[in-house]
Amino acid sequence: MIFFSKKSKPKIPLEKQKLMTVNGDEAVAYAVKQCYVDVVAAYPITPQTIIVEKYSEFVADGEVHTEFIPVESEHSAMSACVGAAAAGARAFTATAANGLALMWEILYIAASLRLPIVLAVVNRALSAPINIHCDHSDAMGMRDSGWIQIFAENVQEAYDTTIQAFKIAEKALLPVAVNLDGFFLSHTLENIYMLPDDAVYEFLGGPRKVAKTYVDYLGKEVEAKLDPANPLSFGPLDLYDYYFEHKMHQVEAMKEAKKIVKEVHDEYAELSGRSYGDGILVPYEVEDADVIVTVLGSTGGTVRWVVKKLRQKGYKVGTVRIRLFRPFPFEELREILKGAKVVGVMDRAISFGSFGPSFLEVNTALYDLKEKPLLVNYVYGLGGRDVPPDLVEKMFMELLEDAKKGVVENKLRFLGVRE
Amino acid sequence: MSGSKPEPRGWRDLPLSALPYKLSLEYKTGDWRALRPVIDQSKCVKCLMCWLFCPEMAILWDGKQVSVNLDYCKGCGICAHECPVKAIKMIPEPTE
Ligand code: SF4
Ligand code: SF4
Repeated sequence: MIFFSKKSKPKIPLEKQKLMTVNGDEAVAYAVKQCYVDVVAAYPITPQTIIVEKYSEFVADGEVHTEFIPVESEHSAMSACVGAAAAGARAFTATAANGLALMWEILYIAASLRLPIVLAVVNRALSAPINIHCDHSDAMGMRDSGWIQIFAENVQEAYDTTIQAFKIAEKALLPVAVNLDGFFLSHTLENIYMLPDDAVYEFLGGPRKVAKTYVDYLGKEVEAKLDPANPLSFGPLDLYDYYFEHKMHQVEAMKEAKKIVKEVHDEYAELSGRSYGDGILVPYEVEDADVIVTVLGSTGGTVRWVVKKLRQKGYKVGTVRIRLFRPFPFEELREILKGAKVVGVMDRAISFGSFGPSFLEVNTALYDLKEKPLLVNYVYGLGGRDVPPDLVEKMFMELLEDAKKGVVENKLRFLGVRE
Repeated sequence: MSGSKPEPRGWRDLPLSALPYKLSLEYKTGDWRALRPVIDQSKCVKCLMCWLFCPEMAILWDGKQVSVNLDYCKGCGICAHECPVKAIKMIPEPTE
């Protein structure tokens, strides 16, 4: 949901923003174009391809100064971004599904080296069987790699979040993945507002500024980048003597990141007039709700629509869309969910032998409460399976029934699968 | 973060994640070696095949003869395998 600010006029009023009809992939490409990116290294994979196609048009037409590296695989795409970012460049790439899986090894390296790379993940199911449609199993595969993960609900948010991502990454010194649902957002046309180029340039503070760090053997503070004048090694050996300490840097950086995501979101809201909850969670009708459903990505809109309909019929239901998945907003979510009788957690992925990945997080968020809501996990929409409102309504009816009974027998349920 | 601190350091006193605060030369990577190469200088014809093939750049060439830098030799035996005149023998490290 987009909230256009009513309180104060945004710095760039809507009439000064350009209304464009684009799909989600194009929206991301336009955002990257405005972000003064030095290097884009990418390999095309459905449903991400349009991002790279569109961006290579900008490069070919001389509309950007970006060095475009058409690599032979996603492993190389992320490697090239790591190299570029280590040299001080602002770097971007995009991928989906098996491409993201192929990047896996380098994702960890990007995060551990604290390189502020931005990656658009156009969420798609992982093989086998081969499936090009929307599913969050790709994003969940990179869950523990140390990347900040944000999920957009619509094309406008995909555009806004991509711009925010560069600022978040460079402040937090962590790479950021912007997730948008394959086809539902990537290939769907929407009218969106785009900021003027100079407003984005100013918002980001111009080209990337490299963070400084003190290095003993140089005896001074230097920019943490590959620079022959101040030689540094990136990614050398660090055994049991210091590896653990270096991991603490990432733990700490993730703690900081939540604040930064909020700050950058608020600052962007002042500029554009658009905000998404508080930047990390987007609650709707949760105040007195007996049943609250959590959801990620584009399904958020469907769930909200069903909540609106059920509210009109007098049902006390609400929903909260989780916008920031890593770092996970445990405390904030607990505050919202603690009054509910039943919480339904929607997952467009499953951890085989366990539950859906976000169910585990919500469970953890609520565990310390003395009076806990009952919890149910709904795995839905795998491989792009449609999630129509009547299916969501059926879920709410089940959850209301659970609330009445006060017990949950079947904790893991599958929404929309044929028996 | 300020000047030099003694070892072992806490995480707050390290440079940005995964950047070393000391030279990588100080990381001796030969300490898990099980076999060590021994060069028979009388057989060696100074072809430098061992120098070329060593993955650790642990073969040293001073212009007169080859020797092994045991701080970095991991004992893989590639040099012994490649030596055309079998001048290199791999012998077990003492195990105490
Ligand atoms: S044993 Fe391996 S590491 Fe050691 S000198 Fe020979 S080739 Fe190099
Ligand atoms: S490969 Fe054998 S002969 Fe050649 S330089 Fe090395 S030790 Fe000597």
